[in-house]
Amino acid sequence: MQLINFIFKKLLILLFSLFLVASLTFFLLKSIPGDPFSQEQAVPEEIIKSMKAYYGLDEPWHIQYFKYLKGIATWNLGPSFKYEGRTVNEIISEGAPVSFILGAEALILAIIFGITLGSIAAIKRCRFPDHVCMIMAVIGISIPNFILATFLQYFFSMKLGILPVARWGSFTQSILPSISLSALPMAFIARLTRGNMVEVLEQDYVMTAKSKGLPLFLIVTRHVLKNSLLTVVTYLAPLCSGILTGSFVVEKIFGIPGLGGWFVTSITNRDYTVIMGVTMFYSSVLMTSVFLVDLIYYFLDPRIKLIPRSASHG
Amino acid sequence: MDKIEDLFIPCKDKNLHLQKVSFVSISFWEDAWIRFKKNKLAFGSLIFLLILIFMAILGPFISNHTYFETHLHLKNEKPSKEFWFGTDELGRDIFTRIWWGARISLFVGISAAFIDMIIGVFYGAFSGLSGGKTDEIMMRFADILHSLPYLLVVILLMVVMGPGIPTIILAMTITGWINMARIVRAQILQLKELDFVLAARSLGAGFSRILIQHLIPNTLGSVITTMTLTIPAAIFTEAFLSFLGLGVQAPIASWGTMASDGLSALRYYPWRLFFPAAFISLTMLSFNLVGDGLRDALDPRLRS
Amino acid sequence: MTPLLQVKKLKVSFKHHFKKIDAVREVSFDLLPKQTVAIVGESGCGKSVLIKAILKLFSSSASIQAEKILYGGLDLNLLTEQELQKIRGKEIGVIFQDPMTSLNPTMKIGDQILENILLHKKSASFQEAKNEVLNLLALVGITDPAIRYYQYPHELSGGMRQRVMIAIALAPSPKILIADEPTTALDVTIQAQILSLLKKIQETRGTSILLITHDLSIVAGFCDKVMVMYAGKIVEVSDTASLFKDPKHPYTIKLLKSLPRLDVQPNTFLQAIGGVPPDLSTEIQGCSFAPRCFATMEVCTRFCPPSFGLEQRECACWLLDPRATKVKQ
Repeated sequence: MQLINFIFKKLLILLFSLFLVASLTFFLLKSIPGDPFSQEQAVPEEIIKSMKAYYGLDEPWHIQYFKYLKGIATWNLGPSFKYEGRTVNEIISEGAPVSFILGAEALILAIIFGITLGSIAAIKRCRFPDHVCMIMAVIGISIPNFILATFLQYFFSMKLGILPVARWGSFTQSILPSISLSALPMAFIARLTRGNMVEVLEQDYVMTAKSKGLPLFLIVTRHVLKNSLLTVVTYLAPLCSGILTGSFVVEKIFGIPGLGGWFVTSITNRDYTVIMGVTMFYSSVLMTSVFLVDLIYYFLDPRIKLIPRSASHG
Repeated sequence: MDKIEDLFIPCKDKNLHLQKVSFVSISFWEDAWIRFKKNKLAFGSLIFLLILIFMAILGPFISNHTYFETHLHLKNEKPSKEFWFGTDELGRDIFTRIWWGARISLFVGISAAFIDMIIGVFYGAFSGLSGGKTDEIMMRFADILHSLPYLLVVILLMVVMGPGIPTIILAMTITGWINMARIVRAQILQLKELDFVLAARSLGAGFSRILIQHLIPNTLGSVITTMTLTIPAAIFTEAFLSFLGLGVQAPIASWGTMASDGLSALRYYPWRLFFPAAFISLTMLSFNLVGDGLRDALDPRLRS
Repeated sequence: MTPLLQVKKLKVSFKHHFKKIDAVREVSFDLLPKQTVAIVGESGCGKSVLIKAILKLFSSSASIQAEKILYGGLDLNLLTEQELQKIRGKEIGVIFQDPMTSLNPTMKIGDQILENILLHKKSASFQEAKNEVLNLLALVGITDPAIRYYQYPHELSGGMRQRVMIAIALAPSPKILIADEPTTALDVTIQAQILSLLKKIQETRGTSILLITHDLSIVAGFCDKVMVMYAGKIVEVSDTASLFKDPKHPYTIKLLKSLPRLDVQPNTFLQAIGGVPPDLSTEIQGCSFAPRCFATMEVCTRFCPPSFGLEQRECACWLLDPRATKVKQ
C-alpha cells in the first residue's frame, strides 16, 4: 500500500514537471523577437506566408500552444525548420541510439572505476594510495570534459596515432569519447564512495566482522559495500544528467552522429522545432531516470521498508 | 639527589598541577584558519588564485599589446619573445587575451556564485525557519525547478536571451541557487532546535531578527564552502557555453571562446588551445582544492 | 597449570594530531584455562585498547610493543595478518559493548551467526551450519529461533541483540571469550540475565572469560580474579573475594567506597574520587594516581611504584614497600 502511494505520488510529480518543461520551452522560444524567417535574405512575402502556414506559425499563440502540447503527448514533434523534409522524430530516432550506447559505456566505466578507486582510497585511508586516488579524483572534477576530450584526441590520435581520431562505428572509436565522458562522474563517484566508506569502516559492526577473523576482502564485500553505496545510488540521477549534457561537447569533438551533436547543431542554426523536441526528449529521459532511482533507493534500504513491521525495542 | 629511602614520608606537593585541565581556548575561525593552512594543497591553491587575480588585473598592462589588436601578418605564431603565448588566427596576442579571459571568467564565475549565494541563503533560511506548510511548498517548488537539467536550462535561456555577459550570469543564476538553498535549509533545520534560539525567542526576538542575527551567521561556514565550490562550476558553465558558441562575443575573449577557437587549429597550432585549456583547468582545480580545504577546516567535528 | 594466554609488558600508543598518546603503559597478565578474569577501570584507562591490541583489531594505526603475547605457543604480536585471522573468532572470540551498532543493520541476524560458523568449519554443509545457528540461538536464550533467524537487528530488543552477539562469538567454540563491557549498554535487569548466561557458558563449555568493565559491582559473584587498571597500567591483581574484603591499592579502596553497597550503614555518603584521570599524551612522573591519592608520599611523585606481590595478589603501590610507615588507610 505504501509502495503504491509512493509510486503514484512520484509519477504525478514526473508528469507535472514534464508539463512545466514543455510549457517553459514553448514560451521561452516564442519570446524570441522576430520570427525565424526574418533571418533569411530576401524571401518573397507569399513564400514566407506559406511557410508560416506550414509550420502553423500564423495561428494565435494559444492554438499553437495546444497543438504543441498535443504533439508532445502523441509523440509527434513536427518537422525540422532547417532541414527540408526531415522531422524531429526522425532526427531523434537516428541520434538517440548512438548517444545511448556512448552514454551507457561512459556510465559503466564511471561506476565500476569510481567505486573501485573510492573503495581503495577508503580502505587505505591517509596512506599513499588514498592520496593518489583522491588527487586523481580532484583533477577529474576540475578538468572540463571538452578539454580532456581534445587533449586525449591530440595525444592519442594525432601524436601517437594509436586510436582513431573521430567518427563512430567500431569499438575502438568509442574508447576516447567514453573515457572523456566518464572522467567527471567517475571522479565524483570515487569521492562519494570514499567518503561514505570511511564512515562505514569506522562502524562497530566492521570491528565485529574483523574479530570473527574475516579477511579484508570479505569484510568489504559482505559488510561494507552495500552500506556504503546508498549515497552513490542517489547520485545516479545527476550522473545521467551530467553524461547527457557532456555528450554535447564530446560528440562535437569526435564527430559522433549522436543526438547531442544534433542538438548543438540545432542551437547554432536556431532550428526551433528541433530544439524544443530534443529538449522534451531529454527532459523525459532524465526525469524518468530520477523516478527510477527513487524506486531503486526505496527497495535498497531495508530500514525504510521494514520499519512498519518492527518488533518492540529496548 | 635524595636517597630513595628518605622519600617514604607524606607528600607536601602532590603534582596537583597535573590535574588542571590544560588547553588553550581559541575561536572557531582561528582554529579553522590554522587547520586550513596545514593543508598544503589547499593553501597553495589559495596562493595560486591570489596570483591569478593579481595577474587578471595587471596582466593586460604588462605586455605592450592589447587584446583586440590584430597583426594579420603574424597570425598563428608560436610562443616567442614578442608574443609570450603566441598569436591566434587573427594575429592577436594570446598572452594579453588570456588575462582578459581571466577577468571575464573570474568575474562571471564569482558573480554567479555570489548571486546564487544571496538568493539561496535567504530562500533556504526563510524556508527552513518557517517550517510547516510554507517550507513544504517552497521546497517542492525548488525540487521541481531542480529536476530540470541545469545545463539544458542554461542553454535554452542563452538561445532565447542572446549572448553577453549579463545574460550568461542571469541564465546561470536562475536555477543555480537551489543547491545553496538546500544546504542552508538543512543547516537551519538543525540549528533552530538548539537552545540558543529558544533563548532568543523567549527574550522576545522576532522571526527576522532570529534569522538575521542568530541563524545566518552560524551557517556562514557551509555558505562560504559552497560558494567556493560553486565558482569552478560557474567557470565551467561559461566555458561550456562559449564552446558551443553561446558565450561572449568577439572580440571579447573568454577562456571558453579561446578554447573553442583553438580547437579547430589543434593539429597545427596546439598552443592556441593549450593556454586557455590549461588556465581553465588549473583555476577550476584550485577553487576545488580551496573549497575542499575550507570544508575540512570548518568541519566542527575535526576540531583538535 | 600453563596459562592459556600470557601477556608480557604490553605497550600501546597512538599518534593523534601529532601527539603521541600512551594508552597502555605496560601491562602483563596471565589467563588460565577455565578462568574468569575481570579488568576493571574508569573510561579511558586503556582497558578496551588492551584487548584490541591482543588481536590487533585497530582500524587506525597503533604502535603495539610487547615482550610477548603468547597463545598456544604462538606469539600473537609477531603473527602476520593472515595468521591472526586464524586465531580471531576460532580461538579467541570477542563480544563488544553496544550490540545495536556492533551488528550489521542490513544483514539478517541468523546470517551473521552463520558467517562465523562457515568461516571456521569449512567442511560443514549449509544445512548443518544453519541447524547449528538455531541451536546457538536457543542456547543463548532466544525464543522462536526459527523466526528470529530472519530478522534484522533493529527488530530485536537490546538484550536479545547482545544474546545474538554472544551466539556469534560462541559459534566457532573459542577457548577464550573476551567481553568488552557486555552489559554497559543494557538495562540493569537485563544485565543480570546476560551475566548469568555468560556464567552458564563458562561452566558448560569451559571457556575462559576475560571481562572488561568499569562497574565493580558486576564482578563479584562472576569472576575468579580481578585486575584493576588505572591510566594504562594494572595497579592491583587479586582474587575477587580478597579484593572486596581487603583492597590494597588506594584507587581500589576509593572505587569500592564509591559503590552503593548493602552492607554499609544507611545514610552513609557515597564517596566520589576527586580529581580527573591524567592526560595520557604527556609523560607521567611517578605514580599516575598520586595527585588523587589520600596517602601520597614524596616517593610517589618521583618514582613509579613496581608491582609488589603478596601470596597470589599483586599491587603497584609504594605503601606496600616495607620502608613505608603505616600512613593511615
